[in-house]
Amino acid sequence: MNQSDLILKINGFLVDEFEVDPASISPEANLKETLDLDSLDYIDLVVVVENNLGFKVKPEDFVGISTFQDFYNYVMSRVPSKTLV
Amino acid sequence: MNRVVITGLGIYSCIGKDLSEVTQSLYQGKSGIILDPNRKEFGYRSGLTGFVEKPNLKGLLDRRARITLPEQGEYAYLATVEALKKAGLDQDYLDHHEVGILYGNDSSAKPVIDAIDIIREKKDTTLVGSGSVFQTMNSTVTINLATIFKLRGVNFTISAACASGSHAIGLGYHFIKSGLQECIICGGAQETNIYSMGNFDSLSAFSLRESEPARASRPFDRDRDGLIPSGGAATVILESLESARRRGATILAEVIGYGFSSNGGHISNPTVDGPARSLQMAMRDASLQAGEVDYINAHATSTPAGDASEARAIDEVFGQVKPFVSSTKSMTGHECWMAGASEIVYSVLMMQHGFLAPNLNFENPDEDSAKLNIVKKTLEKDINVILSNSFGFGGTNSTLIVRKMN
Repeated sequence: MNQSDLILKINGFLVDEFEVDPASISPEANLKETLDLDSLDYIDLVVVVENNLGFKVKPEDFVGISTFQDFYNYVMSRVPSKTLV
Repeated sequence: MNRVVITGLGIYSCIGKDLSEVTQSLYQGKSGIILDPNRKEFGYRSGLTGFVEKPNLKGLLDRRARITLPEQGEYAYLATVEALKKAGLDQDYLDHHEVGILYGNDSSAKPVIDAIDIIREKKDTTLVGSGSVFQTMNSTVTINLATIFKLRGVNFTISAACASGSHAIGLGYHFIKSGLQECIICGGAQETNIYSMGNFDSLSAFSLRESEPARASRPFDRDRDGLIPSGGAATVILESLESARRRGATILAEVIGYGFSSNGGHISNPTVDGPARSLQMAMRDASLQAGEVDYINAHATSTPAGDASEARAIDEVFGQVKPFVSSTKSMTGHECWMAGASEIVYSVLMMQHGFLAPNLNFENPDEDSAKLNIVKKTLEKDINVILSNSFGFGGTNSTLIVRKMN
């Protein structure tokens, strides 16, 4: 999987889970505002990441994640490099 | 003391998904019972169940509201939307008045099992997601609906086994009668998933007449062999007469009596004395003589012992006057936590439309039911006063009396 495929995959499960318009997602967009996340929704974000990418997000990991690009960067840092081309 | 009236009804059940469909089913004597092969495969002794279609609330409720709502909450939401509409209560009214909710519910099996399965497999509680806890609680219906409709009044669940829905209406009646509240969403909800009734089935309480699903629920019939579990939700909007008149609401009926009792005996075996005391208390509360009750919607679930005890209790109180009696569970099966509320909805619909629904499959009486005036076929009849019984495990009994508003 290359980085573009990974971003497509991330956007896909975020759209499905949080029922947002795919067009509202861009690298610069604010993650919390775009997905309309409240404190409970962050738990579901942990669940969809675990179910789709196979690793556990810790609550403190969200500190510093503001935009979708921040989130993509975080995910890429957690995905084993051998799975990325 | 305030007079308490019904200004809204809503229903989602195995004999119809709204008031219109349910009225037709009641009139036609239509059964909602099926044989579910999945139950047999799962290990049920009886695969009979009421079939309730799963609602699709996407587009009606946002994601946050939907993921905290279990199956019986979905049923209750739809029944309540219909009841509020019928009552002419919109969100603006709910936002500016102290409207409460008292709903009967006594289990939420599937969300509990689904969550525990995930925790056992993953060894991580986070992975059950944020909706799970709100689905698993016994108060799931009231906490969810109070949030969805932004209710500002009384807000709690009544868990009283198969009398839950009836007690919810009884308590709502008292909250309004005493002036504590002006308007309350009352009702009962019952899940129908495969996990919800396995332990009840283990008691050998369910009918084994699997070759004839529509003929399996036969309350009061000599050859009855057990109940059929069922579910859905029913909502009854209770309101003070003063509030209803102030709003110009259509008044569907008046709640005039509530009786209750506890058997003080076995956890599952019925008695005659307990239900009889509940009936008598409701009659005293309504200041009625036996001859003034036109119709009794019996609890009768189609179990040999339960129906016999109720028949004796009805005969003890009404033997001299013999009002019409039927059990709508002959069509719906036993809607358990919901039944006390749904049977008020069914009874008021019959009252409104001037008929009595048949007690399906009543072919031969036994020595107890022979003493009752059981409705065998749909009967065109004006009824002014109905009495509805609901009894549950642990000997909890509830009786409601409703009168037509002239």
